[in-house]
Amino acid sequence: MTIDQEVAPPPVPTPARDVPKRAGQGSWWAGMPGLAFLVIMVLGPMILILIYSFLSRAKFGVGVKWTFDTSPYLDLFFRESLLGGRSFDPTYLEIILNSFWYSLITTIVCIVLSIPVAIWMATRPERIRTLLVFAVTIPFWTSLLIRTYAFIIILNDNGPINGTLQWMHLISSPIGMLYTPYATVIGLVYAFLPFMILPIYASAERFDFRLAEAAYDLGANRWTVMRRIVMPSIRPGLIAGTLLVFVPALGSFLAPELLGGGKTSMIANVIASQFGASRNWPLGAALSVLLLVITMLVLVGFAAVARRTAKQSGRVDWESML
Amino acid sequence: MSAAGPALGITSVSKSFATPEGGEVHALDDVSLDIADGSFMVLLGPSGCGKTTLLRCIAGLESPDSGEIRLRGERIDDVPVWKRRVNTVFQSYALFPHMTVAQNIAFGLQMDKVAKADVDRRVGEALEMVRLVGLGSRKPSQLSGGQQQRVALARALAKDPEVLLLDEPLSALDLKLRRGMQTELKRLQRETSITFVLVTHDQGEAMAMGDQVAVFDSGRIVQLGAPEEVYLRPRTAFVADFIGEANLLKASRIGSGLEIIGMGLVADSALANPEAPESGDVTVAIRPENVVLVENDGGPGYVTDVTFVGGDIHVDVELGENRLTVRIPSHGARPPHLGARVTPEFLPESLRIMAAS
Repeated sequence: MTIDQEVAPPPVPTPARDVPKRAGQGSWWAGMPGLAFLVIMVLGPMILILIYSFLSRAKFGVGVKWTFDTSPYLDLFFRESLLGGRSFDPTYLEIILNSFWYSLITTIVCIVLSIPVAIWMATRPERIRTLLVFAVTIPFWTSLLIRTYAFIIILNDNGPINGTLQWMHLISSPIGMLYTPYATVIGLVYAFLPFMILPIYASAERFDFRLAEAAYDLGANRWTVMRRIVMPSIRPGLIAGTLLVFVPALGSFLAPELLGGGKTSMIANVIASQFGASRNWPLGAALSVLLLVITMLVLVGFAAVARRTAKQSGRVDWESML
Repeated sequence: MSAAGPALGITSVSKSFATPEGGEVHALDDVSLDIADGSFMVLLGPSGCGKTTLLRCIAGLESPDSGEIRLRGERIDDVPVWKRRVNTVFQSYALFPHMTVAQNIAFGLQMDKVAKADVDRRVGEALEMVRLVGLGSRKPSQLSGGQQQRVALARALAKDPEVLLLDEPLSALDLKLRRGMQTELKRLQRETSITFVLVTHDQGEAMAMGDQVAVFDSGRIVQLGAPEEVYLRPRTAFVADFIGEANLLKASRIGSGLEIIGMGLVADSALANPEAPESGDVTVAIRPENVVLVENDGGPGYVTDVTFVGGDIHVDVELGENRLTVRIPSHGARPPHLGARVTPEFLPESLRIMAAS
């Protein structure tokens, strides 16, 4: 189980035999090590997990018993009673739904926060723009684990937020923020905000602000300019950002574990516990497969939207080809 | 609509910009200008002279530091851009790339909450007006530069503005297309009888299109008048030099006479600008086509260069401190040799006397 969910790389187009070699292209074998690494290290664990999800639970603890069994998948949806019958149990579905919900809220909050920031950044002079992009990447200098721990201190009953509010006499007793769903979402938004800002900024930077002037000139007010001129132009960045936030958020582990306090589990925490405390590797593997399938469905949905956007905006660039 | 009074009244408008170095540039310095209803006004000047700033102030994309702008008598300088009955054709065209041609044109009408059926009809009319019928469903990226220009024009005209502002609309087109569009713009202006205000740095374009030309220099209007007026009677050396070609010769007024350096005394009937000093050093302007060179050995000038430029031959003559370029048609008389002594001859009326530059 990895901390951050890996996303399958886009398929590498195979060069046709009669395509002439371009200057600076390099030799065919130069890409082999990277390609081999990708195939072995990405596909390998995935296949292993797929296999494990069809095996039975080892009697005591670690590993699996090598006999084919579909019960891990049945366990996802049904509970086995003591008498041996199975009844529908929505626990895991609820957790998946929960994860979806948190990821969705995280994505929406990130979008709402990022659009004004990205547009503001894109309208600065070039030298300042470079500095600002640099500033957005500052959080990457430290491990997400350490930064998430820092949020425990910040959101604590005795932390700076509660301290300040009490000092200002706005509240009489501390607000319990830590170990709530809010803390989880705050942690997620914090972790993923740069991944939303940067692609939207990349789109906004290419936006020709003279188009906004033209729209004003034609009688559009600020809101209409935003909705009908600016938004369609930054949509590729918005799609890329949504993808970079929503999908990893779906499989995030740290924020719900450390800030949600186990009360607000997301699917990654359940998977981790199946491989750890519960010692049920096949069920953990089946949950992973389910998450993978759901993630792929989301990606396919996005690809459809992105293709439509690319067609609408009359251009094809890397974001809209995702 | 009031019959009397200008469509646009600009009174004492000033606008400064801070430069990155911390200085200040007076883009507009106390500019006043009345633009008659239904006329074609051209704002002409070199880049950085303030003409585009004035256009943007009228459009509402910049706000003047001081002064008043009135549209049919009503102050508009504190009205937001989107509420002004003024539309702009931008130099970059600024067509919305994610919309079709028809959607681009319809955009402004939708902002006015025009009914759907009327929008469609008026988009059709606008396309017809700029001769782009059948291209409504194309994206701007699928059009040529000239066609994009027409879409920008149609988009602004479809709104039926009180005043149409055109910011260097033809500068991105090649020469032939530009000529065609000049005629086209004139036609559109006549047919719609909308007041056009066009900004250009191309004096030929200004001459060809404007009913009135306002010549800008360093944030001020230095001369305003009909094209012939501005061409034939430039008031300053800057205008004479900027509009068409002009020889600017050093001279001095002595009594009622005029002495051009290197040529001696010439007739006193030359046209003097009101601002020209009554005596002392002055500048004399004369157009290259208004001079005839007569070869004679005792002539005051001698030929330093002869250049064939197609229809004309340019002959450079040195006259003491002054230099004179003369344009003679290449199909006419044989031009003088290099180094020949010549006497320049001209009608005294073709001279303009102005303050020394």
